[in-house]
Amino acid sequence: MSTTATPHSIVADGLTKRFGDFVAVDAVSFRVNKGEIFGFLGANGAGKTTAIRMLCGLSIPTSGKGTVAGFDVYTQTERIKRNIGYMSQKFSLYEDLSVTENIEFFAGIYGLSRDRIRTKREELIAKLGLVQEADKLVGALPLGWKQKLAFSVAVFHQPQIVFLDEPTGGVDPVTRRQFWDLIYEAADAGITVFVTTHYLDEAEYCDRVSIMVDGRIAALDTPTELKKQFGTGTMDSVFYELARGAKRGGA
Amino acid sequence: MATQGKKKRSAHLSHLLSFVRKEFRHMLRDRKTLLILFGMPVVQVLLFGFVLSNEVKETRIIVVDQAKDAVSQALIEKIEASSYFTVLTDSLPPTGITDAFRSGRIKAALVLPADLQRDLLHDGRNTVQILTDATDINLAQTIEGYLTAIITDFSLADGMAAPYVIVPETRMLYNPELRGAPNFVPGVMAMVLLLVCVMMTAVAIVKEKELGTMEVLLVSPMRPALVIISKAIPYLILSFINLLAILLLSVTVLDLPIRGSLPLLLAESTLFITTCLTLGILISIVTASQQAAMFASLIGLLLPTMMLSGFMFPIENMPLPLQVLSNAAPSRWYYVIVKDIMIKGAGFSSIWKETAVLSGMTLFLFAVCLKKFNIRLSER
Repeated sequence: MSTTATPHSIVADGLTKRFGDFVAVDAVSFRVNKGEIFGFLGANGAGKTTAIRMLCGLSIPTSGKGTVAGFDVYTQTERIKRNIGYMSQKFSLYEDLSVTENIEFFAGIYGLSRDRIRTKREELIAKLGLVQEADKLVGALPLGWKQKLAFSVAVFHQPQIVFLDEPTGGVDPVTRRQFWDLIYEAADAGITVFVTTHYLDEAEYCDRVSIMVDGRIAALDTPTELKKQFGTGTMDSVFYELARGAKRGGA
Repeated sequence: MATQGKKKRSAHLSHLLSFVRKEFRHMLRDRKTLLILFGMPVVQVLLFGFVLSNEVKETRIIVVDQAKDAVSQALIEKIEASSYFTVLTDSLPPTGITDAFRSGRIKAALVLPADLQRDLLHDGRNTVQILTDATDINLAQTIEGYLTAIITDFSLADGMAAPYVIVPETRMLYNPELRGAPNFVPGVMAMVLLLVCVMMTAVAIVKEKELGTMEVLLVSPMRPALVIISKAIPYLILSFINLLAILLLSVTVLDLPIRGSLPLLLAESTLFITTCLTLGILISIVTASQQAAMFASLIGLLLPTMMLSGFMFPIENMPLPLQVLSNAAPSRWYYVIVKDIMIKGAGFSSIWKETAVLSGMTLFLFAVCLKKFNIRLSER
């Protein structure tokens, strides 16, 4: 297997996706290191979602090369799926199932054994401080807790990479900060974090940031380097500088 | 290699089990839907069974008594004594009956021949005529049944001079072949299964799309087709419970016999359930919101199927284009199958054609599902 030989978690090499005449993702190339927190920014319509879908094995690229966790994005999507976790803004677990039931279900579809689910479940519930709420329906929890639980469920099966598609949408700043603590913890445990966000202060928390404009990657570097490069003090202005020239989208 | 294949299969099975368990939890937690799902068939069977057949009470009937003898008098008194009929005493010539029917003054007529008593004493038997207004088939049949019972009872009654037989000869007016007779149980079965399998399945799958959980399921190692199948399984089980409940109710409460083979009936029902589930899945693939799915199932499917299956309106009476269209409704074929098995006691040899049509439909729908599903996966 080629997994161990690759030093990178994600490799994209001229990855392209066309829908008819429309080029949603236009030959993007980048590499994400193991255990890195990689910020994936871009205005709405810039092609972020399509790019993530290709990397998650949900959409086959039109051209270009790519590997995720060492597996090919064309031919080994099943294996990719087994080695990644995924959480999106829209996703906030099943509201009509309890905390325990949600954990059991998602762990179950990732093929974890019942015994392992049981021990890990108790640990997780204790860690999140949800012991009292374990049998409550998720719908009754505050949004921040739901998001934290959703993230924990996404990494419950210890994937190599976790994809977070705007995970902190609609969450207050304090909870967002706590959420990022979870992300750091996962990264420290060796999980690569691939995260998209609309909050540019969050971009500062990433090891490296790429900014997509009109289907291409317009900039890719550490937040400090990017700010230096654009001669500004905030990621906000870096983003604005790049995104204002965009022809697509309308965020 | 072989063990790996085995491992893989058992992994799929455990995925499936966690999924089905979760799906049942969704279902059991939604009390309102649950009530509808299980209450509806019961209410419908009882409604169709009782409300419609209890209508025979003090039905106006004319007795054209051409005999005017002791026997005819006794018979009329007996009919009048029952709570079912009110005998109008007008003396009418047989031709006047038609007018009485047309004006709605009467629902039935009994014609007693002039030589009633004489023939009875002579031959020991005679024939009387029962006329009913079969525009309302259900009522006409019930009236006929009650009247026949009264007459038979009368001819067997004690105190008569001789054990003679009066044979009622019935003629259903306006709809002599009794098309579209209220064989409502097969109809209710088709309807309930359609509703549960098509609408509930479609809505349940689309709900995951709306919530965004479908995305997460598709990113998981569960195969997409397996996701869909696991969502359909609980509804398959539920439909089966409903089916058994309807059959049990119709046999115990409504005294409707299952003349044919029960295993055959269940097998055919399973086929129909599969057809419906496939349809529901198809709807869930092509629609994006719960409302759209519900609308598509209800307006686009359930109503036309109800109208076109022959359950409410006889297919023979429809205009030709609708008759042709009715062939596309799966419930039309299922309705025939259930009627043939339950009421006529037919075996597989007489319903193989309908079975073949349903199987063909299911395969076709399944193929369309797979195609659409794959397109969806790659093109979004």
